[in-house]
Amino acid sequence: MSGWGPSPAVQVRALTRSFTAKGVLNGIDLDIAPGEFVALLGRSGSGKSTLLRALAEIDHEAEGSGEIRLPERLSVIFQDARLLPWMRVLDNVLLGVSGQRARAGEVLAEVGLAGRERAWPHELSGGEQQRVALARALVREPKLLLADEPFGALDALTRVQMHALLRRLVDAHRPAVLLVTHDIDEAMLLADRIVLLDQGRLAADLPVALPGAGVARRARMAELRATLHRLLGVEDVAEDHTEAAPPPATEVRYG
Amino acid sequence: MNAISQDLSIAKAEERRPIDPPVAYLPRSARVPRRSLSPGAPARYGSLLGPGLLLLYWSVLSMSGWLDPRILPAPWTAITTGAELIREGRLQEHLAVSAGRAMTGLGVGVAIGTALALLSGLSLLGGYVIDGLVQIKRGVPILALIPFMILWLGIGETMKVTLIATAVFVPVYINTHNALRAIDLRHVELAETVRLTRWQFLRHVVVPGSLPGFLTGLRFGVTSSWLALVVVEQLNATSGIGYMVTLARNYAQTDVMLVGLVVYALLGFGSDALVRQLERRLLGWRRTLGR
Repeated sequence: MSGWGPSPAVQVRALTRSFTAKGVLNGIDLDIAPGEFVALLGRSGSGKSTLLRALAEIDHEAEGSGEIRLPERLSVIFQDARLLPWMRVLDNVLLGVSGQRARAGEVLAEVGLAGRERAWPHELSGGEQQRVALARALVREPKLLLADEPFGALDALTRVQMHALLRRLVDAHRPAVLLVTHDIDEAMLLADRIVLLDQGRLAADLPVALPGAGVARRARMAELRATLHRLLGVEDVAEDHTEAAPPPATEVRYG
Repeated sequence: MNAISQDLSIAKAEERRPIDPPVAYLPRSARVPRRSLSPGAPARYGSLLGPGLLLLYWSVLSMSGWLDPRILPAPWTAITTGAELIREGRLQEHLAVSAGRAMTGLGVGVAIGTALALLSGLSLLGGYVIDGLVQIKRGVPILALIPFMILWLGIGETMKVTLIATAVFVPVYINTHNALRAIDLRHVELAETVRLTRWQFLRHVVVPGSLPGFLTGLRFGVTSSWLALVVVEQLNATSGIGYMVTLARNYAQTDVMLVGLVVYALLGFGSDALVRQLERRLLGWRRTLGR
């Protein structure tokens, strides 16, 4: 566990995957440094989920080759919270972990769910369920966190809250993160580096490097967004909303 | 975040202002809307209504003399005769024997059904071997097995318990097996990512996930056990409720026959209620329409 110091947390070499029906990967090389936050962007069908599932070692249906080197302590967050409905929140967090009930309580408090240990998953809102999933991932103290569009099913306001929460948790626990998303702004706000996948190949690898605040930050975001739009082939739409308009407040859930 | 929540509270305050033309609002809009697609919350002993109505109908027919007591005695005759049989000690004795048979057969059948379902649901080879066999067994009525059972096991208790177990294990197997195969693949993936051992996977995912199906199977199994009991107790039995009824039939004691019938009904209804109670207890995490 200790040998991960300066060497990458994640190393992928010549990774190839194919399915009879869906996505393919074609010779992916990717390194993620310890504590680095990498966002994996791409259109649907570009293979981003395929890559994540390969790293999570749950792509049994795929055929392929290549080398993957991963830390032993690894957690996965899915788009759905994927809680076991017959277990209370605390037991869901502790699934597959022995002892550590006190620690699980602390992590639940950290994600803002103190006192909800005894709740059933169906009693929670979508955002709260995803918080439980975050707690379940963090209680294992992962060296690598794999997240497959974890906020895709949440409403816009909850998503903003979850972005802040994830950023805070990652800063506190320092795992390497690979976040699969199709949301360019999400990728820019959260990640240190954006990797773009196109038709199963790595199409771009861009550092985010946002300045702290103000005009410079907004300018860098606009520039990066324009670059990403061009690379993704969605030109001429991005120029106006440099600052994303607040979403309509119809469905507010303080998850 | 703060700015947004403030905006929202302002918007809410504005919503609460009375709306000028009151005509647009009907008075019923103030009520909490009933969930119209759901049958509503069940009353505590609601399932007793049907049996109660039948009893009422039967009583009226008996009291008015429409029903000849030689065809079917009145409900209260069942009670008085039952009381008499209890005083003589015969009813308890037969009941104990019958319940013992049914419970043993049920226990063995449930154990076999569950074990086979697990084997067949969790291993491919097990599925190939077991599932086809059970489907064939399912097609053979229990009555058709009786001659062979007698040939192989004699006419004693072993044959009776075996027949009951044979009747019970099929519904338990089928429902548990179905539930096992319906376990959400996403939960299996989750189990892999949190690195559950095979045993933890069984305990935390497979067993709770297939429990609803198992309990449905158990309900059918319990009913099957009483059904099979009635059949086997007509065969050379020297004790048990079925024997008591057969004997009464020979002497044309319709009231004793009726007591036997009522006891079977009570046993069936009671044990089913017991399983349903178990269901409610164990599946408290579910949110369903008809709880």
